[in-house]
Amino acid sequence: MTSRRQFLKSSSALVIGFSLAPELALAQASPARLPGSLNNNRMLDAWLRIDPNGSVTIFSGKIELGQGIGTALSQIAADELDVDLKRIAVVHGDTALTPNEGQTAGSLSVEHSGTALRFACAEAREILLSAAAAKLGSSPGELKVTDGTITAPGGANLTYWQLAGEASLNREATAQAKPKPPAEHRWVGKSIARRDIPKKFTGGAAYVQDVRLPGMVFGRVVRPPSPGAELVSLDEAPVRGMPGVVALVRDGSFLAVAAEREEQAIRAREALKKAAVWKESASLPPAGDALYEHMMALPIAGQTVTEKTSAVAAPAVKTLEARYTRPYQAHGSIGPSCAVAQWQEGKLAMWTHSQGVFPLRADLAKALGVEPGAVRCTHVEGAGCYGHNGADDVALDAALLARATGGRPVKLQWMRDDEFMWEPYGSAMVMKLGGGLDSQGNIVSWSHELWSHPHSTRPGASAGVNLLAAQYLANPLLRQLPADVPQPAGGSDRNAIPLYEFPNVRVVKHYIQDAPLRTSALRTLGGYANVFALESFMDELAAAAQADPVEFRLRHMKDPRARAVIEAAAQRAGWTPKARGDGARGRGFAFSKYKNLACYCAIAAEVVVDRKSGKVRVTRAVAAVDAGQIVNPDGVVNQIEGGLIQSASWTLKESVRFDRTRVTTRSWADYPILRFEEVPQVEVVVLNQPNERFLGVGEGSQGPAAAAIANAIANATGVRLRSLPFTPARVKAALV
Amino acid sequence: MAKFTLRVNGEPQTVSVEADTPLLYVLRNDVGLNGPKFGCGLAQCGACTVLVGGKPVRSCVTPMSAVKGPVTTIEGLGTLDKLHPLQRAFIEEQACQCGYCGNGMVMSAKALLDRNPAPTASEVRQALNGHLCRCASHNRIVRAVQRAAKEMQS
Repeated sequence: MTSRRQFLKSSSALVIGFSLAPELALAQASPARLPGSLNNNRMLDAWLRIDPNGSVTIFSGKIELGQGIGTALSQIAADELDVDLKRIAVVHGDTALTPNEGQTAGSLSVEHSGTALRFACAEAREILLSAAAAKLGSSPGELKVTDGTITAPGGANLTYWQLAGEASLNREATAQAKPKPPAEHRWVGKSIARRDIPKKFTGGAAYVQDVRLPGMVFGRVVRPPSPGAELVSLDEAPVRGMPGVVALVRDGSFLAVAAEREEQAIRAREALKKAAVWKESASLPPAGDALYEHMMALPIAGQTVTEKTSAVAAPAVKTLEARYTRPYQAHGSIGPSCAVAQWQEGKLAMWTHSQGVFPLRADLAKALGVEPGAVRCTHVEGAGCYGHNGADDVALDAALLARATGGRPVKLQWMRDDEFMWEPYGSAMVMKLGGGLDSQGNIVSWSHELWSHPHSTRPGASAGVNLLAAQYLANPLLRQLPADVPQPAGGSDRNAIPLYEFPNVRVVKHYIQDAPLRTSALRTLGGYANVFALESFMDELAAAAQADPVEFRLRHMKDPRARAVIEAAAQRAGWTPKARGDGARGRGFAFSKYKNLACYCAIAAEVVVDRKSGKVRVTRAVAAVDAGQIVNPDGVVNQIEGGLIQSASWTLKESVRFDRTRVTTRSWADYPILRFEEVPQVEVVVLNQPNERFLGVGEGSQGPAAAAIANAIANATGVRLRSLPFTPARVKAALV
Repeated sequence: MAKFTLRVNGEPQTVSVEADTPLLYVLRNDVGLNGPKFGCGLAQCGACTVLVGGKPVRSCVTPMSAVKGPVTTIEGLGTLDKLHPLQRAFIEEQACQCGYCGNGMVMSAKALLDRNPAPTASEVRQALNGHLCRCASHNRIVRAVQRAAKEMQS
């Protein structure tokens, strides 16, 4: 293992010493607020180093998960430092090397890490210019920088690389150096090709699944057949005698096996599955429509999220109510979760695709009974996760198994059924909407009441251990019952507060803290279901008011940036006001500002409904997005397009199957997702706002895509669907 | 254990494994390749696709005893310095997010272009319909395959 100290010492770099610890900042009474993640990681050399060999390394606590963050961050750093992009290397998420930026989640990487790097690099440039000015007998303001070469008016010059040994970045940031105005950006705003892609298409070592260490063995875990099951008995001896088996770990109901060869580990897993005797219990809720009745019947008091009343609003002459539902849905990563673990002299090295290496380290340390300092977590990419999947859980599985392999590293990958049966799902939800129209057809009252399980049960909580295996050990380490993510971002109630201007608004949530079927963060948390309900109900009210859906939205929206994306999407889609569907074809519209804090996104979708089979095909979708200043336009398009199509898949096809005892979704045959021949054409309009701050974009299209599809089906057929997903059977039944 | 000799990307390889060992684990763990990926182990997702005798197969369910013919993986198409037109096109179209499915997409696209050098977009979609992509890069992937086809024809 290379420590940060060793890493930094490996050459006479500009940064000296180890300065990640925030003690210095904490020692002060109340340090000035610094921008982005600089606020919690205040030392400049925590963010970048400049080497005499002509390279720049930036350190980010945010990790690459296929969203292109490494490329975007390097664009920001290159611009502030005035260096060529090629000089910049990026180190992501390593508890020994990078700042602690918590989770890579919530579409916040550019906002948090990008902002911090922008200010840190601008300040580093100033420090370098001051040092150069002293040597060149000039003033910093007269100096020009081109790709790290600093030139004085007379032509004398010095380079960053020459100054690297002298000018120290081992100091607290002040954020006083002003970042460049957009007009001076050379890299930001361009669709720079992603740095992580070439190796992915040439068989390079790109993923944690590709980590290979000397002496490494292969591990597999044997999970119980159901969440409530306990291991009663097991004859281990025959499995221990199987070819290649190196270790077998049994601790309570946790069971895992390691072998010399991967296929041997898989065979041993199968043998253990057959040999183990489990006691199962019916711990799961009812499925189907009964699930929603069950959730609403639980004795969970409603909490008011927001309430606004107006004495002057006109009375409602027409009122509507509707109930929408969303099932449990899976992340469904294409590559099952994987980790590589190695114990040496009481210390654990972990290679992981976790979205948060520091929170994972905290929970691993608790679960394994060691100090956090004895655990190093290094991020290596995995398959796309879209939130909290099995990445963290598999790390504990690997760590527990690697304790039994005598120091040999263990690569443990889940099998497909492990991932489908044990990943934490996006929670099922119920949304009850109510609204009133005045005599002019304007909305005068709005209510949104929701029922939901938790949307964030990630590792790193103040108490307990949020790692799956910990709960099945002989001495279980239970998880803390999670609090909901508070507003203004919100968790279960994310995006439940309408951005539209209504005089009377009431939002109430029933937060069901316990989750018999484990739930956690799935892209947008509650935002997908709440926007689906909110934006479907907007169309229901528009229909009641005999208004065009786009005009109706604009009528109730004051925010000019929201209006701009609504208008841009309508225009690109060729939206004709009040056009009716023909029974099979229709179009729908929806909008949201993700979290009411991040990017603005409006979507127009076109569908074809096969009335005979009930099959819905989304043929075309247009999205317009305003994400503030754009770092990488193609990156934004990729996120919005990918989110839109993924949301179409959730909306048309996806729900996790289970009975009262077992999860019965085990393979892609049980959990169909959208395929090539079903994918819509997508156009994305990006409204760049170079003078506005970054707004997260990674989750922006998920919610509006669902509602736009629902609204398009209603437009096509006249039938309103309120229960996700819109499977052929459900659509067919509704059309009869 | 049985001894198998096979050609992988033009090189002879000899391994001693059980006859029912899926080709995938030999390619990844004996030959040391990263391209073919474990996705499902059930021939449902396509991430493990390689060419055997020029035909796309799901290496996660192909036992060593059934491997008759030379094996080509994505590593055998081209390298970073000398990219195959398909690899170049996928990179130029930025045709992925996580890219975990990308190996299978490229290998099935290779088989498609071998039999149909100028496929329409719908022919590409049809040929790749058995491959799953969760990040939803489908439209970029279709563009990349058509871009490569164009380059290979000119």
